[in-house]
Amino acid sequence: MSELLKTDKLTVCAEGKELLHEASLTVGEGETHVLMGPNGAGKSTLGCTVMGSPEYSITGGRIFFDGEDITEETADKRARRGIFLSFQNPVEIPGITLSEFLRNAAEQLTGRRIKLFEHKKELAKAMAVLDMDPSYGDRELNVGFSGGEKKKAEILQLLMLKPRLAILDETDSGLDVDAVKTVSKGIEEYRRSVSGSLLIITHNAKILEELNVDKTHILSGGRIVREGSGALAAEVLESGFEKYIDGV
Amino acid sequence: MKQKTQVDDIDRSLYDFRFEENEGDFLDSGITPEIINEISDEKNDPDWMRQHRLRCLEVYRRTPMVSWGASVEGLDIDNIVTYIRPKTRMNTDWESVPDNIKETFERLGIPQAERESLAGVGAQYDSELVYHNVRKEVAESGVVYTDLEGAMHDPRYAEIIRSHFMKLVPPTDHKFAALHGAVWSGGSFVYVPKNVHLEIPLQSYFRLNAKGAGQFEHTLIILEENSYLHFIEGCSAPKYYEAGLHAGCVELYVGKGAALRYSTIENWSKNMYNLNTKRAIVQENGRIEWVSGSFGSHVSYLYPMSILNGRGASAEFTGITFAGEGQDLDTGAKIVHNAPDTSSYMNTKSISKSGGKSTFRSAVQVNENACGSKSSVSCESLMLDNISRSDTVPVIDVKTDKCDVGHEAKIGRISNEAIFYLTSRGLTEEEARAMIVRGFADNVSKELPLEYAVEMNNLIKLEMHGSIG
Repeated sequence: MSELLKTDKLTVCAEGKELLHEASLTVGEGETHVLMGPNGAGKSTLGCTVMGSPEYSITGGRIFFDGEDITEETADKRARRGIFLSFQNPVEIPGITLSEFLRNAAEQLTGRRIKLFEHKKELAKAMAVLDMDPSYGDRELNVGFSGGEKKKAEILQLLMLKPRLAILDETDSGLDVDAVKTVSKGIEEYRRSVSGSLLIITHNAKILEELNVDKTHILSGGRIVREGSGALAAEVLESGFEKYIDGV
Repeated sequence: MKQKTQVDDIDRSLYDFRFEENEGDFLDSGITPEIINEISDEKNDPDWMRQHRLRCLEVYRRTPMVSWGASVEGLDIDNIVTYIRPKTRMNTDWESVPDNIKETFERLGIPQAERESLAGVGAQYDSELVYHNVRKEVAESGVVYTDLEGAMHDPRYAEIIRSHFMKLVPPTDHKFAALHGAVWSGGSFVYVPKNVHLEIPLQSYFRLNAKGAGQFEHTLIILEENSYLHFIEGCSAPKYYEAGLHAGCVELYVGKGAALRYSTIENWSKNMYNLNTKRAIVQENGRIEWVSGSFGSHVSYLYPMSILNGRGASAEFTGITFAGEGQDLDTGAKIVHNAPDTSSYMNTKSISKSGGKSTFRSAVQVNENACGSKSSVSCESLMLDNISRSDTVPVIDVKTDKCDVGHEAKIGRISNEAIFYLTSRGLTEEEARAMIVRGFADNVSKELPLEYAVEMNNLIKLEMHGSIG
């Protein structure tokens, strides 16, 4: 399959500290990858850097999307190319409803006006997949949402915005069993309807069971220390990171 | 990656068009007894009004200039032209309004607005009302909506005007109230009889076209028992090199069980001095609701005051201020609880940007007799860059312990996390900022009449345009 995302020897700093060191990984079109590693390994840094967060500066290496160098591009341009990041702690935006926001974002991404009726229909469909009460659409974006509601709302955005590559940053953490199931359902629906690529940052065995993982990357101390098939993820979850990290 | 903040001047072409002002009759600039007498002659004032004007002039002369708040140094008050008569008389037929004045108001959306959603419209151009009209069925219900000067000469209203005019805002209140009393011109008189509920709003629009001039309209509204009115006021002026002055006065009398909603959107040009005085007195179980949007002017002093004078009276103030480059907007509200079981709620937002300064002053006074009263104040400020400024000055004066008074203030900036979050969904940084500001203003814009809410969102969009580099 053709390469969709490629980070080439990516070195990233924030506040004078090196957080990623020559990290290279490639995600092919339609593939599902898992990114694992102990706390502080640089997983979120990688996700945010690919999305274009201005908090991190790239001091070495390049990022390619669909064969094009996007290293210098701003987050909104990357989003319009089809990159999506689900946030661990999405920001609260008072006064803007979830529905209004999604319509606005979808219009930005597609460059066309979306009729309110059309939008509402689509939203109701996506909400049904996630067992979300339709009234969530009228709530202010993430304001007063519980941890679980925020995660669901992120997956809702994934379904509505239909990116080509979705980076899910611990979207399943801190959720109860039922909520994890719902999130899995959402991810499954995304794969089914959009056939997009996934880069999933997770510690959760449950979510991996449900997914057909093509490739696993293990990150430690800002370096990719091991890569393997989907089976590697399951192995790591069983026996821990240590033996992979020690090998470096 | 640090983002630069570079702000363009907004496109005010909708407001900034103007006509040469040689069409009207100017009185000499300055404030002297001769000028005051000339205004009185021109208006054929009743004797009590002429005396009132001259007394106000004396008060004006002996009252010192305000020494707190925004600077009014740029205002050459002795050279302000206090009176300009447009070359037309009051009309009740839109077709008779002269073309250039008509064009001005049509470009501002009047009288389309009237045709669509208003019960009556008044339009003031410089010093005089040029148009006033009320729907027939509204007039038949006994509602009076007319120009104040005309009403003063009408035997049906002369006495009620005399007994209410500047009784709520006495000339001794402050220097600009005295100035207003001396040179006031134009403005509206509204009277709503007992038990009449006016479901659709009345609207007055004030336009100052002449340069180096002042506008001093007086609005007097009287609501009898159990009546209801929504009154909307809009203001604008084109920009001239010489500063203009707006020192209007609004007096609202809300009777027993009556409710008045008073909405204002003010978009004076950014070299206007807007020194406006607004006050309401509310009787038993009556209610005043203020909705106030301040976007324009160079310097504003605006603190609508509500006096809750009867048991169970209530006041609500919802306001938004947007201070851009070169603007110093000093706004706020004052509530006096002067009867038992009265309640007040204040909810304001202020936004400052490109070096703009916004100050919010809230004053809540609970008198000894106001036991069982409740008051809650919430103000939030948003600063869009590091060179802008926002201040909150709350004053709470409570003379009884049998009341419940709360105050909450928040000042913030737009976080980088929020920008990243929204841009990661495809919004440009500019759109992301505009969305955050729009969301911030949302619970206030919801309170505005629809066309003003739309106008406010457009203003925010315009103000935010080009706000990133």
